[in-house]
Amino acid sequence: MKIEFTEFKEAFMEAFELDESFEVKLDDEFREYDNWDSLTKLSLIAVLDDEFDVLIEDKDFSKIITIQDLYDFLIKIKS
Amino acid sequence: MANLSYKDIGISAMAGAVPSNTINNLEYTEFFDKDIVKEIVEKTGIKERRFAPPHITASDLCFHAAKKLFDDNTIDTSEIDVLIFVSQTPDYRMPATSVILQDRLGLKKETAAFDISLGCSGFIYGLSMAYNYAQHSGVRKVLLLDGETRSRAYHPKDRQTAFIFGDAGIACIIEKKQDIGMSYFSLNSDGSREGLIKIDSGGYRNPSTKESLEEKVVDKHGNIRTDEHGYMNGSDVFNFVLREIPKNIKNTLKFANRELNDFDFYVFHQANNFMNAYLVKKLKLDQEKVPETISKYGNTSSVSIPITIVDRLKGMLSEPKELLLCGFGVGLSWATAIVPFDNCKVSEIVEVE
Repeated sequence: MKIEFTEFKEAFMEAFELDESFEVKLDDEFREYDNWDSLTKLSLIAVLDDEFDVLIEDKDFSKIITIQDLYDFLIKIKS
Repeated sequence: MANLSYKDIGISAMAGAVPSNTINNLEYTEFFDKDIVKEIVEKTGIKERRFAPPHITASDLCFHAAKKLFDDNTIDTSEIDVLIFVSQTPDYRMPATSVILQDRLGLKKETAAFDISLGCSGFIYGLSMAYNYAQHSGVRKVLLLDGETRSRAYHPKDRQTAFIFGDAGIACIIEKKQDIGMSYFSLNSDGSREGLIKIDSGGYRNPSTKESLEEKVVDKHGNIRTDEHGYMNGSDVFNFVLREIPKNIKNTLKFANRELNDFDFYVFHQANNFMNAYLVKKLKLDQEKVPETISKYGNTSSVSIPITIVDRLKGMLSEPKELLLCGFGVGLSWATAIVPFDNCKVSEIVEVE
């Protein structure tokens, strides 16, 4: 299953409860977003499981810094 | 694969007890900003919890639940041949709390009594053990007690855990019940993930020291606890639940030769509303058939499944019903059960001062 970036971005924005006007940039470090906390992290885990059937353990997640890293991780898992 | 099945054994009576001391989570703001607390309450769905005052232990809650159960059902306590106490907050490191309860409840000396030290999976483990004993001709009734004072296991200055846990206790009688039918249990464990939910110190591996009792900042968010308080890696616990629980339920259904939609009610460990709601969605269950008490009692560890049955299904279990139960957490340890109910008397929950 190939994951389109637009699909990924939609899922990501859902987890972070971002509205459409928010500009997501690939090199954004998402832990710097205002609403990042442990509960947002759970939302992200749930959305990625739901949409792409991917679970990310903490040891892998801690190495994911930017939005690009996260997208690349999903692509790698799914390839 | 620990798959167990029993024929014509059932729960004939249940009772529960909670401390009367009620914590309104939105007002639990001594150490955290109101806005942060509001957000946590909204996401976890935990509005209220019960905190036992210092003089009340898990065994006290179970004692009151058992007394209520004896009174409401005119139980001949001389028929209780086995007493099992499930808890990770026992009265003492020794002796086993179950043995003290044998005397306190006025049970005979010929009672087999022992403790089971498990968390969120503990009720189902305890129940499987109770069913196991109850099938013997030399055992008339098994008294299963399950109590927790989890509020004391976590530090109020650690926001990862400060708003989640509460206290409760239950009692139930398990015995032979003609024609009630088959029950099924699947019991599992993964000690490689022992560190996901843990209290590091205060046991025999890392005994209590002056340092283990000192408060310290444990992460970059400024959360504070001691080494004798619990911690939890919430996101990896969530990963574990998503990975293992649907699979375990599927395996249990296969073992029992049943379908997921066969049951009247699905009672899950009450972890937090976010996790439970997602699990229900993932399993595509009808929300109406999934009772919850997370909003009023919080996460009471092993007690969360039976206290949800007592609180939400009271009055419904006198007619034939079939329940699917699933508990998961600290250990890591998880268990699923398919349990038929009929003519089961459920008492009002007792409030303990």
